[in-house]
Amino acid sequence: MLEIKNLHVKLEEEDKAILKGVDLTVEAGKVHAIMGPNGSGKSTLAYVLSGRDGYEVTEGEARLEGEDILEMEPEERAAAGLFLAFQYPVEIPGVGNMTFLRTAVNAQRKARGEEELSSGDFLKLIRARAKDLKIDADMLKRPVNVGFSGGEKKRNEILQMAMLEPRMCILDETDSGLDVDAMKLVADGVNALRDAGRAFLVITHYQRLLDHIKPDVVHIMADGRIIKTGGPELALEVEQNGYADILAEVNA
Amino acid sequence: MSTQPRPGTRAARLEQKLQATAARLDTMALPASAGWLRRAREDALTRLKAMGLPERRDEYWRHTDPAKLIAPQPVSAKLLTVTDESEVFSGIDRLKLVFVDGVFDAAASDDLAQEGIEICRLAEAGQRDIHWAQDLYATLEARGQAPVTRPLAVLNSAFAEDGVLIRVTGKVSRPVSLVYRRSAPEGEAMLHHLLRLEPGAELTLLENGPMAARYNTVMEAFIDEGAALHHVRAQGRDHERMGITHLFARLGAGSVLKSFTLSANGVLLRNEAVVWLEGQGGSAHVAGAAMGDGAFLHDDTVFINHAAPDCESRQVFKKVLRRGAVGVFQGKILVDQVAQKTDGYQISQSLLLDETSQFLAKPELEIYADDVKCSHGSTSGEIDADQFFYLRARGIAEDEAKALLVLAFLAEALAEIADETLAEEMRERLRGWVHRHNA
Repeated sequence: MLEIKNLHVKLEEEDKAILKGVDLTVEAGKVHAIMGPNGSGKSTLAYVLSGRDGYEVTEGEARLEGEDILEMEPEERAAAGLFLAFQYPVEIPGVGNMTFLRTAVNAQRKARGEEELSSGDFLKLIRARAKDLKIDADMLKRPVNVGFSGGEKKRNEILQMAMLEPRMCILDETDSGLDVDAMKLVADGVNALRDAGRAFLVITHYQRLLDHIKPDVVHIMADGRIIKTGGPELALEVEQNGYADILAEVNA
Repeated sequence: MSTQPRPGTRAARLEQKLQATAARLDTMALPASAGWLRRAREDALTRLKAMGLPERRDEYWRHTDPAKLIAPQPVSAKLLTVTDESEVFSGIDRLKLVFVDGVFDAAASDDLAQEGIEICRLAEAGQRDIHWAQDLYATLEARGQAPVTRPLAVLNSAFAEDGVLIRVTGKVSRPVSLVYRRSAPEGEAMLHHLLRLEPGAELTLLENGPMAARYNTVMEAFIDEGAALHHVRAQGRDHERMGITHLFARLGAGSVLKSFTLSANGVLLRNEAVVWLEGQGGSAHVAGAAMGDGAFLHDDTVFINHAAPDCESRQVFKKVLRRGAVGVFQGKILVDQVAQKTDGYQISQSLLLDETSQFLAKPELEIYADDVKCSHGSTSGEIDADQFFYLRARGIAEDEAKALLVLAFLAEALAEIADETLAEEMRERLRGWVHRHNA
């Protein structure tokens, strides 16, 4: 599904390398987690994959189902099936959440040569999905993320994911700012979307989210590289001993 | 023996201005009218001669050069044939009054007789010996000459050939729609409208279209106790036209004024609004959305006087500018000493779509009461990069993402239109503009 090879990335504005040769393959139907200390490059990886400005790829490649995505515009990547659940969802005053979702769903359908959803079908779909995530009508009517609590913003991200039905979902620190109940809701939302044709890359600092979204593979990222890959037990190891032991072991 | 003021002094400049004004006015003849209207016109002419036509040197014309608005010959302006959208408000059930090149077109207009409302053309009323408008015509305009003069409104009171006089006694179900059409690239039009909303009356007034290559309109609105005037105006899309408009409104206790103006394109356009809140609990909202691409100057000049307690006012002006377009905002709130518990709000913002456009804002507050709430803000900024990326990351193409954000920027001004159908109509026009001006 997602294949990243020897990816090197630096900040455009300063000559600072952030990713220093990331290799990662996520297969369809699998959940991969990336854990790592702050500043290791986890969020940069998410942004670079989704096409945010400000980064320069100096080496390597990233392919989504065989297609080189690094040359694509952000909206083309989205239409190709990539989705990033933002660590800090952006507030957009003046744009209603419903309008936003509908525009996004139909833009992607259009880009893929599919017919736009009628208002009726769209409404039916969004009501059902919103209900699962305990998102009320008021949240749908309000401007995008404006006045939303931290948990509401994250649930709204998952709602967007559920509506857009991407094939490759990247969740960037989706657990940050969530209490236990909210985390459960978000995790249930994600788990409901798990299927054989869809892959997840879950970026997190802590192991707790992985109690709810069980990963197939866990990667540890440090200083711009994946330094260790293992099964779910790797996340538990981090939980118990922190990153220090793993870092020491790799550096030794 | 008269003494000449020393050259370069204020007195000398005024002298010069008055001479130029007299010379300009000598080339113009007052339109034919009888009794009361004749007297009102002559009075306006006298006032104008004493005040002089505006110059760029005048404080309130610093950012907008009035020279082309008063030059003897208006610059011609290409006619824009709009084929990509229907005429504004054409889908709305309304009482239509059509003016072509500033002249009333009875054949294209609806029957003026409607329950709860009395409509008469100025040109017709002016021929009568007595008319209800005779004690009102030009009175708000005259009052609006302080604290700053508005000479082009005085010019209008003297020379406007036509207009509509509307008296509303009840709730009018259908909006009254003034439609301005142009048939020639040359020409000038001046209209003077007068609205009288009697206590408790309600009216929605629509205006659309640029009426000539150069135009000057005045609307005087007398809004009595408990009455409500909803005013929505779209000023057409012609690029080269020039215009100056004045809205003067006097609000009685508990009355409401909501005025929204959409201005798209136009090399020189100034909309002035002068509002007096004279009765307790009145509410005046004046808003506008202006869209400029290239040769464009749009000026909103607003004065709101809180002259009674417990009144509320809002000024919400938004401008979207690109490729050298210029936006001007001059807005003042004056709160008299009696106007305790005033709630005044003023915001003027521009969204600069590139680095060549500019926005000049002059917000003013003058407050003499001690228990008031007044806020004002003015900003100019560009499309927010994070918001833009967020939308695109969800699959929304650049073009559409920009349109969404521009409309989001305009939302606060659009929210000043109470009627959702009219708001949606304005939103559609604005969306159309953004998509046309995206290259």
